[in-house]
Amino acid sequence: MATAKDRAQAKAGSGLNDDIGEQKRLELYRTQVVLREAEQRAYDLFLQNLVKGTSHLSLGQEAVAAGFAGAMKPGDLSFCTYRGHAHTLARGVPVEKVLGELMQRDNGLMRGKGGSMHLTSVDHGVMGSYAIIGAHLPIACGAAWRAQYKGDKDVSVCFFGDGTTNIGAFHEALNFAAVWKLPVIFVCENNLYMEYTPIGDVTAVPQPAADRASAYGLERILIDGNDADVVYRAAQIAFDKARAGEGPSLIECLTYRQSGHSRADPAKYRPEGELDRWKLRDPIKIYRERLLQFGVAERVIADIDAQVRKVVDDATEACKAAPPPPLDIIATDVYADGGWAWRN
Amino acid sequence: MAELTYRDAVIRGIAQEMSRDPDVVFLGEDVAKAGGVFKATVGLYEQFGPLRVRDTPISEQAILGAAMGAAMTGLKPIAEIMFSDFFAVCFDYIANEFPKSRYMSNGQVKCPLVVRTGNGAGSRFGAQHSQSVENWCMMIPGLKVVAPSNPRDVIGLLAASVRDPDPVIFLEHKSLYPTKGEVPDGEIVDTLGTAKVLRSGKDATICALALMVPRALEAAEKLKAKHGIDCEVVDVRSLVPLDTQTILGSVARTHRLFTVEENPRLCGWGAEIVSIVADEAFYDLDGPPVRITTPHIPLPAADILEDIVLPTPDRIAETVRRSLQS
Ligand SMILES: Cc1ncc(C[n+]2csc(CCOP(=O)(O)OP(=O)(O)O)c2C)c(N)n1
Ligand SMILES: [Mg+2]
Repeated sequence: MATAKDRAQAKAGSGLNDDIGEQKRLELYRTQVVLREAEQRAYDLFLQNLVKGTSHLSLGQEAVAAGFAGAMKPGDLSFCTYRGHAHTLARGVPVEKVLGELMQRDNGLMRGKGGSMHLTSVDHGVMGSYAIIGAHLPIACGAAWRAQYKGDKDVSVCFFGDGTTNIGAFHEALNFAAVWKLPVIFVCENNLYMEYTPIGDVTAVPQPAADRASAYGLERILIDGNDADVVYRAAQIAFDKARAGEGPSLIECLTYRQSGHSRADPAKYRPEGELDRWKLRDPIKIYRERLLQFGVAERVIADIDAQVRKVVDDATEACKAAPPPPLDIIATDVYADGGWAWRN
Repeated sequence: MAELTYRDAVIRGIAQEMSRDPDVVFLGEDVAKAGGVFKATVGLYEQFGPLRVRDTPISEQAILGAAMGAAMTGLKPIAEIMFSDFFAVCFDYIANEFPKSRYMSNGQVKCPLVVRTGNGAGSRFGAQHSQSVENWCMMIPGLKVVAPSNPRDVIGLLAASVRDPDPVIFLEHKSLYPTKGEVPDGEIVDTLGTAKVLRSGKDATICALALMVPRALEAAEKLKAKHGIDCEVVDVRSLVPLDTQTILGSVARTHRLFTVEENPRLCGWGAEIVSIVADEAFYDLDGPPVRITTPHIPLPAADILEDIVLPTPDRIAETVRRSLQS
């Protein structure tokens, strides 16, 4: 049987109008720039004390979010972690809605009731961002079960970190999905670290997700998570498999978070030079070079950059001007009747 | 009318709802082909087939997580956790996921599911298979918590739970599975958040739940026969929503309040009821409210030990008599 890698190589072809094509490539580039600019802005706003609480950025991991979102169809579902801004934006949720939530304004995605770790936009297929490690893997299985049961063609995609492969829910979900042959894709973003501890220090196998795949009868898939083309192709294969009723995939994407774990973590635990080495493989840098190499004009790229910058600037201003949420939402939507009453 | 066991009422309740709505699906350990470890799901697999009645691995987190994902996206799952004690290994879903998703998402996410579980003592199973965990659930905003005491309520409240748009924890009492009761023919649908006065009386109100209900009723009969004390027995049925009006109404008639709780004493649901009555009906009371509970200990396994620690009809009757006559 051909491996995912063989199939990806077979598909790849060459030149700008290969299997991916110019239009999709410009979309993948644009998405990555949106994520980069919005996350950078979130960080700046955090330092200005305009983003309160916490925030977990995906700076350096944009290719994973862009590649998967680029391969999704409307109706496909994303399940994210607290490090979920990028995946939320990649599904087309407006930057203003995300920054508004981070800035705890009334224009935020959940009007300040969820916060940065729980971004949810059901209309965009973003079925929640989960802050308890591993919790959303079984939940994604359930959404996939619904699709299987009802004969719906959507696929559930669950994003999580390397550290998540060591919690029970990961293993329960993988086995469950495999046994029930669910249309779900598990995407491990191996950014080398949990919060502060290198994943290798606490994991029995070198590749925390890929090396576990065989335990669940799944193919070992380990890809370059900093190249959006590679991610996009791997995603397409997994979507095809899921939609064909052939069950789940587990994909480990090698990437690196260029920021600290959360908030203003200076990430002092990183060895000297590691960040610089990974910056040479920065996903946006790689992709810009790819576009140029395929003959996309510098001006086209610069236009995308400028458009995105303007979107993020406008969103920032809109959020700064937005009021805080009204106090009466404190007691709404605890129960389905819209309120919080637990007694008569 | 037919006489049915509590166990068979569970089967009938699930079957009633699965027949009505194809979006109702059922999953759990050993529930399908084997019919459940308490035989409370026998025949459902044969009736509704392998797509709707599914055996799972021993993966409580996967069971509840999958139920949630299915509920969020349009199904109405019933998930079984074999013993309520096992809530401790999947408590994230009960405490953090089901009840908070709607709120955190500002109303975008729904979670209409039911978790059925075998709760309570009396089987001599020891401290990890006998607990009454209603308090673990009641303390969490966003959940509903139901515990029927008889076959008719099993069907009616289970139907109401399945039809409810919120996550419901449905606590079946293991020691009640073999008990029998009259159940009307045809569809039965009850209402969550309603307590029931099962016995009228003028001297004291006894609030009880699940297995403690038949014990409170037995105590009331003893008190009447031996001491002429006439107790009103309220089956609380639903801890969330809590029917405080029925309880306050009863206390207004009897002027005394007793709660009978199987759970260990600290933070038991009775404390919440006592606090509500103290706040809102203090001047109706002729004496201090009294909680009758299991002591604050893990449950012992041996029959003579377990029998002593749970509230018994005799202990209930004696506590009420002493309080009223002092
Ligand atoms: C059950 C649980 N344990 C611990 C934490 C605290 N925590 C938050 S993020 C994190 C690291 C997760 O690492 P990884 O899965 O690699 O994701 P990354 O943050 O790198 O994206 C930890 C330990 C948590 N949120 N939930
Ligand atoms: Mg990590």
